[in-house]
Parts: sequence; C-alpha cells; structure tokens
Amino acid sequence: MRIFAQGLIAAVAVLCVTASVPAKAENVLRWASQGDAMTMDPHAQNEGQTRAFAQQVEEPLVSRRPDLTKVPSLAVSWRQVDPKTWEFKLRQGVRFHDGKPFSADDVVFSFKRAMMPTSDFKEIVGTIADVVAVDAATVRITTKAPDPILLDAVYNVFIMSKAWAAEHGVNTPQDYGGGQETYAVRHANGTGPFILETRDPDVRTVMVKNPNWWGLKDNPHNVDRIIYTPVKNPATRVAALLSGELDFLLDPPLQDLARIESSGQFQIQRAPAVWTIFLGMNTGSKELASSSVKGKNPFADIRVRKAMNMAVDVNAITQRIMRGLAQPAGTIVPPGVQGYDKSLDVHLPFDADGAKKLLVEAGYPNGFDVRLDCPNDRYLNDEPICQAVVGMLARIGVKVTLDLKPRTIHLPKLQAKKTDFYMLGWGSDTMDAHNHLSFMASPTSIWNETGYVDQKLFDLINGMESEIDMAKRDGMIKEASLRLREAYSYVPLYHPMLAWATRKGVTVPMVPDNLPYFSYVRFAP
Amino acid sequence: MVRHFLRRLLQAAAVMVLAAAISFLLFNYVGDPVSNMVGQEATQEAREALRERLGLNDSFLVQFARFAGHAVTGDFGISYRLQRPVADLIAERLPATLELVFASAVLAISLGVGLGIFTAIRRGSWVSRLILAVSLLGVSLPTFVIGIGLIYIFAVTLGWLPSFGRGDVVHLGWWSSGLVTASGLKAIILPAITLALFQMTFILRLVRAEMLEVLGADYIRTARAMGLSEAMINFKYALKNTALPVITIIGLKLGELIAFSIVTETVFQWPGMGFLFIQAVSFADIPIMAAYLLMVAFVFVAINLAVDLLYVVLDPRLRHGESSS
Repeated sequence: MRIFAQGLIAAVAVLCVTASVPAKAENVLRWASQGDAMTMDPHAQNEGQTRAFAQQVEEPLVSRRPDLTKVPSLAVSWRQVDPKTWEFKLRQGVRFHDGKPFSADDVVFSFKRAMMPTSDFKEIVGTIADVVAVDAATVRITTKAPDPILLDAVYNVFIMSKAWAAEHGVNTPQDYGGGQETYAVRHANGTGPFILETRDPDVRTVMVKNPNWWGLKDNPHNVDRIIYTPVKNPATRVAALLSGELDFLLDPPLQDLARIESSGQFQIQRAPAVWTIFLGMNTGSKELASSSVKGKNPFADIRVRKAMNMAVDVNAITQRIMRGLAQPAGTIVPPGVQGYDKSLDVHLPFDADGAKKLLVEAGYPNGFDVRLDCPNDRYLNDEPICQAVVGMLARIGVKVTLDLKPRTIHLPKLQAKKTDFYMLGWGSDTMDAHNHLSFMASPTSIWNETGYVDQKLFDLINGMESEIDMAKRDGMIKEASLRLREAYSYVPLYHPMLAWATRKGVTVPMVPDNLPYFSYVRFAP
Repeated sequence: MVRHFLRRLLQAAAVMVLAAAISFLLFNYVGDPVSNMVGQEATQEAREALRERLGLNDSFLVQFARFAGHAVTGDFGISYRLQRPVADLIAERLPATLELVFASAVLAISLGVGLGIFTAIRRGSWVSRLILAVSLLGVSLPTFVIGIGLIYIFAVTLGWLPSFGRGDVVHLGWWSSGLVTASGLKAIILPAITLALFQMTFILRLVRAEMLEVLGADYIRTARAMGLSEAMINFKYALKNTALPVITIIGLKLGELIAFSIVTETVFQWPGMGFLFIQAVSFADIPIMAAYLLMVAFVFVAINLAVDLLYVVLDPRLRHGESSS
C-alpha cells in the first residue's frame, strides 16, 4: 500500500515537473466565456456569441470600430442614389481565405442568402427589396421604402464566398427541419483578419492570423493565434484566469472582480452595455389573471403604474445587487443607440410614501396582489433582483408572488401573453432607438406584453422607419421616448455595465455590444 | 436458464421503453427551445413555422412514436443547439466520459479496497481513525465544492494542474484519448479525484465492514488457532470471502459514476456526455436530452442485467432454486 501511494505521488510529481510552459514564439490569445457560438454559418443564428466568432472570420460591407462607430469594410464607400437606392463601391484585390477573389457576386449572394426563410437575419434585412451587381466593383441595394438605417442592417450581413458555398452545398442557411449538419456549421471561409483553423464545439476553437488580410496595413495587429475555450462554470472560469491559463475573460463574475484586480496581474475594463433591463405591466387586459382584484385591472390606471415606478429603488438594485456594475435606467432606450436622450434616462425618485398615496387615490388603499414572472438564467442576477423588487413593492402594499422560471419557459410565456407583470431585457442589433421603441411599444410586437395602446406613439414609431432627415427623426425618437416614459407602462430598472478581464501585457479594446474585435488586440512587445 | 435469461431481457426492454416515455413526458416541462433557436427579432409566424417543422406542436404520443421509431434505427435527430446529429455528438463525447469514469473507478476501487482493508486490520489505530474521519468528508461535501476546492489548491495556488478541460487528445479511430498525452493525463487528475471521492468512501466503508464481519467468523479463528501467518489470514481467507458482495456493489456503482459525472464535468468543463446533457437542459435541446436519458437507462439496465445473470452463474443456490421451481 505504501509503495503504491509513493508511486502515485512520484507519478504526479513527474507529471507536474514535465509540464513545461510552451515557448512563446507567437502571440497566442487564449480567451473564454460561458457559452460557445452556436454555428459558424454567418446567417443561421442571430445570437451574440455566434456573431463574436463570425466577425473575426467574416466581414460585412460596413463594419464598426470597437467604439461602435461605422467604418468601411468590404465596401470602401457608399452613397444614396435616391431615397430607396443605395450604392456601395467594393474594396478591390480582396481574397477569401481559400484564395478565391472577392467580388460583387459574393455580395449579392450573401444578401440573398441572409434574406432566405431559413436565415435568422431575414427580419433585420426585411426592408431590402433587391440587391444587384452593377459591375464587379459596385453593388446597389434597393429598399421597399426609404430606410434611414439601412447601414445598420448591412452591418449585420457577413459576406460569404458564393463559389465556396456552392462547392460545399451551403447555398441556404441551416434548416433545422432538414435534420442534417451542413458544412457551414463547423467551417467558414471569409475575408476577415482570422482564419478558422479548428472548430470543436463546446471544447475548443482555434483561429490563426490571416497574413493576407487587406486591413493589416492600417491595423497591424500582432495576434498570431486565438484559442477559445468555453467555460460554463463561473468559479472555474475565474480560476482558469487566475491560474494563468487565460489571457482574456469576456464575462468575469461580478463578485470576483475585486479579487481579479487585486491579484495585480490582470486589469478589468468596464463599459456600459447597450442594453436595458426592465419590468413590464399588462395594462391592456380587463383584469389581471394572477390577481384577486376582479372586474378591473390595477395596471390600467396610470397612477398605479407611476406608483410601481416610484416604489422600486433602482439605486439599491444597481449598488447592492449589481455591485455598481449597472446604471439606473429611466427609459428603455439604452445609452449608445442612435436617438438616446440622457435627460429622459432618469428614474422617478424613490418615494414609497408618495407611491402609497397614489395607490390610495387610485382606489387601492390596501394594495393588491399580482404575479411577477421572472427568468432565473437569462440576465445577470435576474433572480435576486426580482426578489428585491418583491420586497420593495411589499412596502406599498402590493403583494407580489414571484414565478421564477428558466428562460426556455419564461420567454415563451411572455410571447403567449400569459403574463401580468414580467421582467425583460432588450439590446438591439441595429444600435438605433427605433428597434427598441418598435419592439417594446408597438401593439403588434411579440415582445411587447404591456398591451398599452397610444396611437400617437405608434404613428411616431412608424414614421421614423422611413424618415430620412436624421435631425427630424431624432426629434421623433425623443417625442416617442417621452410618451412611452410618461405612460409608465414599464418600470425601467438599469442599463448593465460590461466588465472584461485581461492579463496585463495584452490590450483588448472594449466593445459596448460585448463582441470583441481581435484585430484590435495588441500584445505588448 | 434460457427462459430466465429471456425473461430478464424482456423486462429490461420494457424498462427501457418506460424510461424513454417518462423522460419524454418530462420534456413538456423544460420549456420551448424555439426562442433559443431564433434571434430576438424573429416574428411570431417564423417561430410558429419552426415549431411546426420541429414537430413540437404534435401530441405527446405522436412525438414519442416518432422519436422511438427513429431511435431504433439509431437516428436520434439533430441537436437544436449545436445543429449536429445527436448520434455523432454522443459518440464524440462518450470517450471523455468513459475515460473519466475509468480513471475514477481505478482510483476509487484501489484506494477504497486498500484503505478499507487497512482500517479493518488496524482497527483502533489513530491512522485508521484519521482515514475514517477524512473519508466522512468525502460523503458529506458536495462534489461541486470538492471540485472547486481542488481547483483553487492545485490550479490557482500551486499552479500544478490545469483548472479545466481535457488537455490534448489523440484520435485513435473514432475514439479520442486524453490518457496518452502529458497534458491529458494532467487534466484528468483533478476531475477523477473529485468524481472518485464519494465512491471511494463508500467502497472503503463497505470493505471495512465486510472485513470486520469476516474477521470475527469461526473459520478465521480456526485459522489463527492453526498458527497461520497474519498476512495469510487477512488476504487469503478474509479478503477472499468479502470479495463477492464488494464486487457486486462496485459493478452497480459504475453506473452511478456515469450518472454522477454530470456535476464533475460541469465544474471542470470536461467535454463529456454529462456536460452535454446539462447544456441541453438549459437550452431545452430535446433530441440530446432524449438520447442521453435513454443511454443512461440502457447503462443501468445492462449493468443490472449482467449482475443478475452473473449471480445465477456464480451462486449455485440460485441456480438450483431456479431449476427446482
């Protein structure tokens, strides 16, 4: 027995000693976050992490810098020919990773592919009527109606090689009904700064520097290789960073930020995310299904809705639960999107007594009861925040029963309109306030469960869809945002902040949409 | 004998169908995968169309019949989350789980049996008491805490071992092995210990109890009276007689190792089937969940069947009982 134990210890010791750190001849960026991309097909999934992978390998016509300002990518310039037609001049001399030259045909193919029924981007490019190649270096996009934010849609369409797609039978995006894995799920061929080398979903994805990338002369990054490993468990993720197995962690847990910083080997960057987390109230039903108040709907009364806003102490939520990593919100439109107005983004001052008075005025001196539907795996700290809200509302007599469910149950419940009071978060793919307003305030939106109807507000939202005069459009956004805010159909809670942890000696510029651009990463010499 | 075998086989098949049906029934409560499968901008119509294409609107019986019909041909459908055939995914993850279970089983059995014998023979010594006290931790601490604790000691503080993953693997045909590379061997140490600890404690206590019982038996006293050496008594007579129940229990525990590996795999980001299953649950990835549960049911049914049949072969009393009835 003793001999066996000694042998074991010896074996472990030998293993530990022979574990040499590989010589750093090249700059390898090892990064992690909790989840993996769902597919490498650039049009099959409109999901954050999937895009984070795609944008290293593939490029749209118009891209963004880390500060999210638009920048020419595969298009060098663009102009509006008439209100419904845009012309893009394409970059010349660009080649795909497999060596095939990039041309207007690839652009037309990629847009048409993104517009197909199995594409997850068909709604985003929904205003596009047609895309035609004028010549090898020019593409024209026509829209069904004037579209002031067409470029934001263009930003979402990654360009694939038409020949490569034909060669591998991926002319259409992944169809779940097909029951087969397509070649594009684990392979990609773009024009971007990195080439997909190996893809082992949930385990490891390796990308290598594209030495022929057209952007290298303006953006001479020194990342030779990127290794991504998803690590689902937050404690393991932090341990992997602290033990030196990672250079960059996209989502360090809030409670560990101080610890990571205090180690002296890492830095934490913080930036506001382009998101808002809020509560919605069902104002439209005759009565609330989850309440014992019958014959009337408390949320139909604006005084009740205002009282709900006043009773929720958003500063306590942002400071205590989110540990300062969130800004209190006064509107659902987050900072960073086109049309954001800071003066509207102020939550009603916390005032439990005033809220109580409003409830008395509205005829609920003893409050009322209602169910709050909350996810427990969708937003950071969603569960403790909802629990805190229950306590805050109890102070004004509103007795809230909390229904915590995983998002696979919570979100469909919302879409089926089976909710009276719910938590939701929204961040747009277009970086424009119209997206937030139309999804949160249009009566027909599947994500608007408030049932709040205001024809004027709806007209404004519809109007900004095709208003090309940007100053006038910003005015419409402001008016619509104000109307929505003063309806108090939502209780805006906060705009989350992002935190990225990086090893000292590596610079990863922060991107407010949480999707890193590794071509901007620099290793210190 | 043949009739007995056929009857057990039929029962096993019935258990499998039942397990599949119950797990399928449970999927009604994991929620709707569709909102995970489309972007937030997708319209209600697009969502409904996808739901229809996936057959999620069909009744339970229709869905189950379709699943069972495909499953018998080895087709488990395509994963909603990874968009790859479930059979491929399971085949890819199986080696990781089996290697982890193998390493844990070796650890649990060798240490469990060894320390069990030691604490039985040296009953009352302070070393035995210490071993028993420490082994109590093994059963009382949750796997999750043990795993994180080991990571913080050996990965973060000492920097000896990796905190997650499987290291480099070598592909031998369809099997991927981490046991033949240095980084793979280093990576398996912590998860194997974490997974083994509970089973090791269990085996240790079982062996100790059996040994103590046997050591008090008349034939051991006789052996002692005959003047046989202590080593001869302990290992030739005592240990041999504890073997049968211990082997039986260890066999059954192997199935548990596969099932328990879910937590360990999650803590260590071990790319095995348990981890695949956990991620499937949070995504409502029904094809993976269905296939995984069916497979676990199969493992348990197969082990039970094997143990049952072994009993008949090993224990003459059972064999005679069967033929005379």
